[in-house]
Amino acid sequence: MTTTTERAVGQPIERIEGPDKVRGAARYAAEYQVGDDLAYAWVAQSPVASGTLNGVTVDPLVEADDVLAVLWHGNAPRLAEADDPELAVLQSERISYRGQALALVVARTFEAARRAAATLQLDIAEDPHDTVLRTDHPELYAPEKVNPAFPAATSSGDVDAAFEAAPVTVDVTYSTPALHNSPMEPHATTALWAGDDLVLYDSNQHPPGIAATVGALFDLPPERVHVITEHVGGGFGSKGTARPNAVLAAMAAKVTGRPVRLALPRQALFSMVGHRTPTIQRVRLAAAEDGRLTAIDHEVVEHSSRLFEFAEQTAVATRHMYAAPNRRTGHQLVRLDMPTPRWMRAPGEAPGMVALECAMDELAVALSLDPIELRVRNEPSVEPESGVPFSSRHYVECLRRGADRFGWHDRDPRPRQRREGDWWIGTGVAGATYPTMAQPSTARVRRLAADSYEVSIAAADLGTGARTILTQIAADALEVPVSQVRMRIGDSTLPKASVAGGSSGSASWGWAVTGACRALRSSSSSSSSSSSDEATFDSSELIEKQEKDGKHAFGAHFAEVRVDAVTGEVRVSRLFGMFAAGKILNPRTARSQFLGGMIMGMGMALHEESVLDPAMGTWVNHDLAEYHIPAHADIESIEAEWLDEQDDQLNPMGSKGIGEIGIVGSPAAILNAIWHATGVRIRDLPARLDKILPHI
Amino acid sequence: MDLVVNGAEQSLDLDPRTTLLDALREHLGLTGAKKGCDHGQCGACTVLLDGRRVNSCLILAITLSGSEVTTIEGVDHPVQQKFLEHDGFQCGYCTPGQICSAVGMLDEFSQGWPSAVTGSGPPDLSDPEIRERMSGNLCRCGAYPNMVPAIREAAER
Repeated sequence: MTTTTERAVGQPIERIEGPDKVRGAARYAAEYQVGDDLAYAWVAQSPVASGTLNGVTVDPLVEADDVLAVLWHGNAPRLAEADDPELAVLQSERISYRGQALALVVARTFEAARRAAATLQLDIAEDPHDTVLRTDHPELYAPEKVNPAFPAATSSGDVDAAFEAAPVTVDVTYSTPALHNSPMEPHATTALWAGDDLVLYDSNQHPPGIAATVGALFDLPPERVHVITEHVGGGFGSKGTARPNAVLAAMAAKVTGRPVRLALPRQALFSMVGHRTPTIQRVRLAAAEDGRLTAIDHEVVEHSSRLFEFAEQTAVATRHMYAAPNRRTGHQLVRLDMPTPRWMRAPGEAPGMVALECAMDELAVALSLDPIELRVRNEPSVEPESGVPFSSRHYVECLRRGADRFGWHDRDPRPRQRREGDWWIGTGVAGATYPTMAQPSTARVRRLAADSYEVSIAAADLGTGARTILTQIAADALEVPVSQVRMRIGDSTLPKASVAGGSSGSASWGWAVTGACRALRSSSSSSSSSSSDEATFDSSELIEKQEKDGKHAFGAHFAEVRVDAVTGEVRVSRLFGMFAAGKILNPRTARSQFLGGMIMGMGMALHEESVLDPAMGTWVNHDLAEYHIPAHADIESIEAEWLDEQDDQLNPMGSKGIGEIGIVGSPAAILNAIWHATGVRIRDLPARLDKILPHI
Repeated sequence: MDLVVNGAEQSLDLDPRTTLLDALREHLGLTGAKKGCDHGQCGACTVLLDGRRVNSCLILAITLSGSEVTTIEGVDHPVQQKFLEHDGFQCGYCTPGQICSAVGMLDEFSQGWPSAVTGSGPPDLSDPEIRERMSGNLCRCGAYPNMVPAIREAAER
């Protein structure tokens, strides 16, 4: 029997694939050598937001020696019906948004494909378009559900009467712009056909899902599609399902009989792979003199596309955040001539908690109450809307411990009190929450030798550390050192894994890995088993039987900003996050994920904004020079810590997801700090200097 | 055209439009340098050209005949080990560019080059100096706070 001195889970083990990544040896989707006859594809995108593509004319003199195919709806292979209409590429003459793929050039060289695509003549009949989200849009409607399956509207008590009667109320509207995930690795696929089977080297968050989706379009069962996703250069939600690049590459490979590489150019990511919907959110809070909320009302306006309904769950976090007897939440959508919004890190929570947590700050000011104390006074004992208990909730502890660590207590609550040279200085706080989920997955373990195990699951590591923490989980379940475990992920032919999304990867895959490893150990210890060198475990049944209590991670963000009195520039001097997210599986990678989320939250507060040109019907800043994400120089002091939270209602590891909670609340903490520094309340994100300067 | 890449002479027959980045990735199989934007905006393609850091996506390969290029595959520098210790990356896609950029930056620093945040007198390698000098390399995972101490400690060695 093997004994180990120390559990691996909880240890700050370095990333297993780290040495490959720092040597440039880690391979991404566009980097596989797949033969001398590799062809390159380039997409011709729609220059109009609405219309009809009547024809495509190819100049026969352009790159004539190298162009292998020009595909458009007039000649492209027919695909089977797509669940996701955006994947029905080159199937219809209808143009639903600017940037939609209208044609695909396949050529022997990258340069020839790009040049030929640029010279195609697209015969388009343009229609008028409507791309502007507004609260008085005549086509606003209330969807039935918001993602993934929440009711779009909820109501309890008498909200209107509570507002009539309340001594203190806040009624504010916050708006957030369209945002783009912008992973460093643009979406890419290298596709080839091996007989009737399809092989896709694809950058995504869910290899088995891509195999099923793309397979269905080509009338192939999932097992005939082999998706290889060894390393992923970030996704942040935008690679959660198959994107058009996978379908286009597979189609091009089929038509040309060659392997085809399609790496989308950065600019195409701003229309072809999804964005976070802009939101306009009205939050009303009513409170008694002592700060106890008597009513909460959170109404959201956001958009979807002509192609299908995507309804972001923006107000859903408000349903469990604070106690109040009277409450209402609602969402309204308008279908615009725009690309369909998709998931971007903490969809719903990230924009929704901007409005709620900034409104709470405004209420604290109206009540002359410390914003932490206001939150503590409205701590619910059970989920306020559903009435179910929380599996664990340590929000107040995050606020209090975070306040101690940040140095909140000697804060002067009045705004515009601290000035050092040209800088106004202030601090702010905001809460964070993210649901704790687990999804059915299957894992397999094989004993290769007395001291060597191979664990397999079709998971994807987007930089989350999944490969590393699954190795730790397997080692503990097998009761062997991590050096004896070889983890295989990133391949759709491995046992089926759920998506790397919803902060559910570790919980879902770790559950299956634990089950398989425990099954192998128990079969090894019973002398009768003949198949004791292999075990497989499917977590579906256990997840189905889980207690339906309220499972959420919580946290609190603290920000110190300085605002230049001359230019209005905002600098975040300090950003501190305190989290209660169950068992932390690997402190090294967990801290990085928390910090990464907080930095993306800083981007949301200060930098990130996809600027719409209503005349063109598109975002004009569609590259990394103009869509500003935080850079090295934007980061000063930033730290994340966590409570040692025990929760045995969750999964065998006792873990909550941590990939998204860092971006929830951090933007609000920064905006609240800007108010404290300057007295200027920014309600339209991002807090650009031109919005601050006129008021200071 | 001839190019010395990671110490080895390479003879290439290239389309005049081929960038150094595409020459490395598509013609020499050196995929360590990454294509993040192809417009010199993100730094993922950073390599060392005759010892200086450059965005390889902005240079046409045919202009470089006789030059020496070092890609991440040819880098052996303490900053790599420090990136592992400090978890200076998540997805790893910007990492080769960050490391090549750091190597080039430390050389610039050792030659006394100032930056936008350098005061009067010779610069010291403070965290603000590192951040300023590394700001041409974007990281969407937000591994910045881990890269800065990694680069500082590598420089101290």
